[in-house]
Amino acid sequence: MVTIYVDNMPYQVREGQNLLVACLSLGFDIPHFCWHPALHSVGSCRLCAVKIFRDENDTRGRIFMSCMTPATEGVRISINDPEARHFRASVIEWLMLNHPHDCPVCDEGGECHLQDMTVMTGHVYRRTRKKKRTYSNQNLGPFINHEMNRCIQCYRCVRFYRDYAGGRDLDVFGVHSRVYFGRLEEGALENEFSGNLVEICPTGVFTDKTFKKRYTRKWDLQTAPSICVHCGLGCNTIAGERYGTLRRILNRYNGQVNGYFLCDRGRFGYDFLNSDRRVREPLAKTGQGSGSTALEPISADEALSRLVDIVQNSSRVIGIGSPRTPLEANFALRDLVGEENFSSGMAQAEQDLVSLIVHILREGPAPSASLRELESADAALILGEDLTNTAPMMALYLRQSVRRKPMAVVNELRIPGWLDAAVRGAVQGNKGPLFIAAPIAAGLDDVATETYHAAPDDIARLGFAVAHELDTQAPAVVDLPADRHALAVRIAAALREAERPVVVSGTSSMSPAVIQAAANVAWALHSRGRQVTLSFVAPECNSLGVALMEGRSLEDAIEMAERGQVDTVVTLENDLFARAPRDLVDRLRASCRNFVVIDHCLTGTAEVADLVLPAAAFAESQGTLVNNEGRAQRSYRVFPAPDPIGESRRWLSKAVMARARGRTEEWESFDDLVTRMRQALPVFQPVSNLAPSADARIVGRKIARQPHRCSGRTAMLANVSMREPPPPRDADSPLSFSMEGFQGISPPPLNPRYWAPGWNSAQSLNKFQEEIAGPLRGGDPGQRLIEPRDNGGREYFNAIPVAFSPSDDEWLILPSYHIFGSEELSALSPAIAERIPSAYVAIGEEDADLLGMSEGMLARVEIAGAAESLPARIVADLPRGVALLPKGLERLKGLAIPVRARIGKAVQAEKS
Amino acid sequence: MTLSIEDLEGIARIEKDKRESFTYQINVCVAAGCLSCQSGVLKEAFEKEVSRRGWENWCSVKGVGCLGLCAAGPLISIQPDGTYYRGVGAPDVSEILESLGGAPIPRLDCASSRPFFEQQPKIVLENSGRIDPERIEDYIAEDGYKALYNALRMMRPSEVIEQVLASGLRGRGGAGFPTGVKWTAVAKASNGNKFVVCNADEGDPGAFMDRSILESDPHRVIEGMAVAAYAVGANTGFIYVRAEYPLAVQRVRTAISQARHLGVLGNNVFNSQFSFDINVRLGAGAFVCGEETALIASIEGRGGRPRPRPPFPAEFGLWGQPTLINNVETFANIPPIIRKGGKWFATIGTEKSKGTKVFALAGRVNNTGLIEVPMGTTLREIVFQIGGGIPGDRAFKAVQTGGPSGGCIPEQFLDMAVDYESLASVGSIMGSGGLIVMDDTSCMVDVAHFFMEFCMSESCGKCVPCRVGTSQIYHLLNRITKGEGKLSDLDMLEDLSDLLKNTSLCGLGQTAPNPIMSTLRYFRDEYVAHIEEKRCPAEACKIHEAREAV
Repeated sequence: MVTIYVDNMPYQVREGQNLLVACLSLGFDIPHFCWHPALHSVGSCRLCAVKIFRDENDTRGRIFMSCMTPATEGVRISINDPEARHFRASVIEWLMLNHPHDCPVCDEGGECHLQDMTVMTGHVYRRTRKKKRTYSNQNLGPFINHEMNRCIQCYRCVRFYRDYAGGRDLDVFGVHSRVYFGRLEEGALENEFSGNLVEICPTGVFTDKTFKKRYTRKWDLQTAPSICVHCGLGCNTIAGERYGTLRRILNRYNGQVNGYFLCDRGRFGYDFLNSDRRVREPLAKTGQGSGSTALEPISADEALSRLVDIVQNSSRVIGIGSPRTPLEANFALRDLVGEENFSSGMAQAEQDLVSLIVHILREGPAPSASLRELESADAALILGEDLTNTAPMMALYLRQSVRRKPMAVVNELRIPGWLDAAVRGAVQGNKGPLFIAAPIAAGLDDVATETYHAAPDDIARLGFAVAHELDTQAPAVVDLPADRHALAVRIAAALREAERPVVVSGTSSMSPAVIQAAANVAWALHSRGRQVTLSFVAPECNSLGVALMEGRSLEDAIEMAERGQVDTVVTLENDLFARAPRDLVDRLRASCRNFVVIDHCLTGTAEVADLVLPAAAFAESQGTLVNNEGRAQRSYRVFPAPDPIGESRRWLSKAVMARARGRTEEWESFDDLVTRMRQALPVFQPVSNLAPSADARIVGRKIARQPHRCSGRTAMLANVSMREPPPPRDADSPLSFSMEGFQGISPPPLNPRYWAPGWNSAQSLNKFQEEIAGPLRGGDPGQRLIEPRDNGGREYFNAIPVAFSPSDDEWLILPSYHIFGSEELSALSPAIAERIPSAYVAIGEEDADLLGMSEGMLARVEIAGAAESLPARIVADLPRGVALLPKGLERLKGLAIPVRARIGKAVQAEKS
Repeated sequence: MTLSIEDLEGIARIEKDKRESFTYQINVCVAAGCLSCQSGVLKEAFEKEVSRRGWENWCSVKGVGCLGLCAAGPLISIQPDGTYYRGVGAPDVSEILESLGGAPIPRLDCASSRPFFEQQPKIVLENSGRIDPERIEDYIAEDGYKALYNALRMMRPSEVIEQVLASGLRGRGGAGFPTGVKWTAVAKASNGNKFVVCNADEGDPGAFMDRSILESDPHRVIEGMAVAAYAVGANTGFIYVRAEYPLAVQRVRTAISQARHLGVLGNNVFNSQFSFDINVRLGAGAFVCGEETALIASIEGRGGRPRPRPPFPAEFGLWGQPTLINNVETFANIPPIIRKGGKWFATIGTEKSKGTKVFALAGRVNNTGLIEVPMGTTLREIVFQIGGGIPGDRAFKAVQTGGPSGGCIPEQFLDMAVDYESLASVGSIMGSGGLIVMDDTSCMVDVAHFFMEFCMSESCGKCVPCRVGTSQIYHLLNRITKGEGKLSDLDMLEDLSDLLKNTSLCGLGQTAPNPIMSTLRYFRDEYVAHIEEKRCPAEACKIHEAREAV
């Protein structure tokens, strides 16, 4: 720690950071543009100027950029010096010369960093009379709106997009006062993290196009802390609503999880909630006698009486839960049907994989890495994952991790780590060790040290071989080809040299051997004394959570139903057709008398149900999700779903009451349900510590979901009723559906938005952090449920698979993943839908030659007797004998991949 | 097989013998200025005529580098008479040959410009106009590559640096940083492969010192770089030269390949442990690429935008390695310093600025061209003796030094001895060596306007003060030159200039306001006349037309 003097007052700050960061951490307001906590300092906007004095006798001082000056012992600065203030106001005046001043029609207005900085510096009067410079804009695709005239050339966008996220198609063009930020030609931004430009851009150049369609000012949005449901990483988000529609997703900083960023699936996938696939009223098959099978709307009361009727008259009810639904709803279902009748809703293969992951993380000794920890790993091995498409944010942080090792040079040169231009110059293109073994080239291949493309069994064998190289106690792989062995030796050497290596794997290859191999590598590294962490990709937002409930697999449940012991199946927020082959689900449907589905979208499963109950989706319900790390996180209602839509656990509570026949209601409230869950399943003990309970108050008040500037409170519903209705009550949380309540800095798990006096934009986040880029004040939210046992006597996995051998007439079908399309909910969002590729079958070059196929030619893929014609995609490095089918894409749902298939040229329909 | 000193001396001897065998040498300038007025044709005409007359054995015709008086080209010099002819054309060839040995032809003689040729003790340009820039042998005959031999075989790297330190040589690129100190810093940097970079991205409007040196005596620069590389421990050099200098690029490339062929570039030069090679990189004409960090970015293949210093390139330059960046003229000073010693060099010039300085003398002056004068020469000597005064004996108004980064120096400082400090004290800079003379027909507002337009369009667009400030100042000046200014604009100009100077990221923005600040300081009355009386005292600005158009 060193002492710095800010306007003659001494403060203790950490040595080595720059003055801007130090002062912002201390709570001072220093205007800034080009500096961003994740992108560091480049000193180009010149806004963060402060006066620096040689010593206490120096009265003149000199202007320095605070972002470029290290905090050293005894440095004396002045933020409020008149000359420094004048300078900063001048910079803003310059920036505003060409700015269109179109705040009233600008999407950024009201949460604009440029507005904030303009006000902060005191620039109020436009003196110049010359004409403003103008640009033409580009269509950048369905996510991002482009309005170049507003640009103040801070370069943040290209620095994030290119330097940080590895994108290539956004750049800066031109020189002097005509620099242009855009693409070479119009088209959708290709990078998976383009949505962050919305928050990175300090003004309205890059704005959220999906938000624009239903635009609302920030101050009119009702917001609440939420958790992203579109992959297993559990990124923290702020969801915003007005007039009953979800309008947008913003990043919610969590120092342990997603930091400052979100992926595009997470940011733009929310719109399924507003889609026409929503179930907005109960549906039932009416006219049983006449044999009608169409679902028709019924009233909420009738739905409830039917539900009560069904559960009261059923001797045995099976509950099929869901890995995309919070713990509480799953537990409510389990409570309804009983432990032995509860299914996790995952297919056997997937459940085995997720349970294996839980087992590995519990048995240890290598703990699971938090998402943010990946950024500081100095070596990484990825086994069987295409992270950019399966867990995009993990890819973003591993992309930063490759700079970790070359950064040692920076320290040698005594260059501060925040001096971005110099650091990037020192690091050059040098990359630390990152090895990727996956079936095909993945999004991170461009920063990989070496890549190995092979079938899952061969990937696993490589992993096992690496583990053996690290620790001879680990089983050896026999008959490993020399080149593979050499690769294993190189990987082992790189990992051994690292201090904080990470091994990444997951469920995407659908191979337990790959996951076991990853565990062996991590454990071997641990035995070598390395601080190794493991990071597994989980398929869905609550896969680990539901796996911890240890329910039956889907196949198991179906078998039970088929044995004829079941009257009723209740399916919770789960499209079984996406998880199991069609005939299996059909058999389930046929084997039970009543098939009840509780879901928010009309899935294929809902379509065959007898009774569909409209469920609240993520922003309309409260719940706890367990991410891939084993971290439980709470997501809150942003707005109450309109009647008769209800939170799943509410429907279930009615069913429980009916079934219990007079049993006292044990979980009327959310907190009661959590308590009961903790009693029944001790693994969930920490869940009650995630956030303050519903009765918590801050200075006697609930926390307001609406900002204090929210407008139209009394008029919003005037077209329905002139009487002002009371705001909806929220009995489940300490948040209120109103602008009445506490508006200050709330406890992190409950914080509904980032706002501080003078800081209306997302940059106000710095007021919520203990120090810049550090933990939130009050601690980062979330609790880890899975920690390795202290001294677990684990044994290495030794089921090493035999090498994959391709056959000439059958192909091993594996899933390929797409950030847009492979996840079912986000795929329903119109913006995401525009980016979903059409279905295909990918084969390697050698196989293409063998089959006489070329790119785009129709291939006939025959799986277990059913055939499908798909255009072929030839992938150069796909191993021989392996073919890929994109997961989740329409027509390909529910395939029990991996599977063997026959592939041939499709016979073209004869032209008449 | 590597080159030995005997080989070098052998080449020099043969070359000298050959020279001495000629009674007369006709040196035709083939640098870019004269070439553009057909000196190439002239040289052929001489060669043809000499051979027609059968005089080949006693009269040589040679293409040489710049003779200096560029505005009067094509120039030729006749040795050993020391006669200079100006504006020579092919029809004059016979007459000149006839006159050899007799009195000079008055019609072509540069008699009136005699002081121009005689008052310049040349160091950097010592070979310019004397040797054929496309023949390494000619350079070797003038003690070429002897400095490199001396350095490699007789001196330790630290001794080389000591000589440079002792010479007091300061960077000729403009800022005047002591060269020896810079070399010491690079030599001390311990990590990695070091690089030597020659900055030949001469971008100032009207400046052509570096171009002329590269066109007239490219080997001198190569030798200087090689000595520097030896001193700091580098093995690779880059010459970053503008693509707009095709002749310089071609001559440098020729020189590099000759040097490689002879073995003064390559492995184990002069049988030492020292290996060195040079690559040429072309700049695309951005002024800002003369700034060293932008230059580095450009060589690395990135956009030419500066980054904040520190770290300085001496520790952290090209591809993150310690890099020595010096200007063409700085390197050109090195061979004589090594040959004759730093002490000798330190006897020339003023207390703090040693040696000579090459200027591109332009504007309202009789003898326009390239000059080299010792530091400490007064402006009056430069303008009125070497420069031959102002055409039409009009009144001197100011000289502008340092290009767009420099200021305008008024008449009261004419007797000031020119060096880094004195120029800075009057609000200008040495710069790379542009020197523009102005008389009473030059409008100082217009001059400031011109340079600000240049800086505005050459700003890279990275930092705000430069990107926006230059354009802001330009528009204010534009208004004033149109007669639409207000007196309050002058305060705003001063305010903006001050901000720009104090807060820009790189030298371009920091020095861009110099022309405005110095003209506002010395010629404020002209600004006031534009604003209050709506007239341009020099009648250069088109205020009337602008008013009439309204």
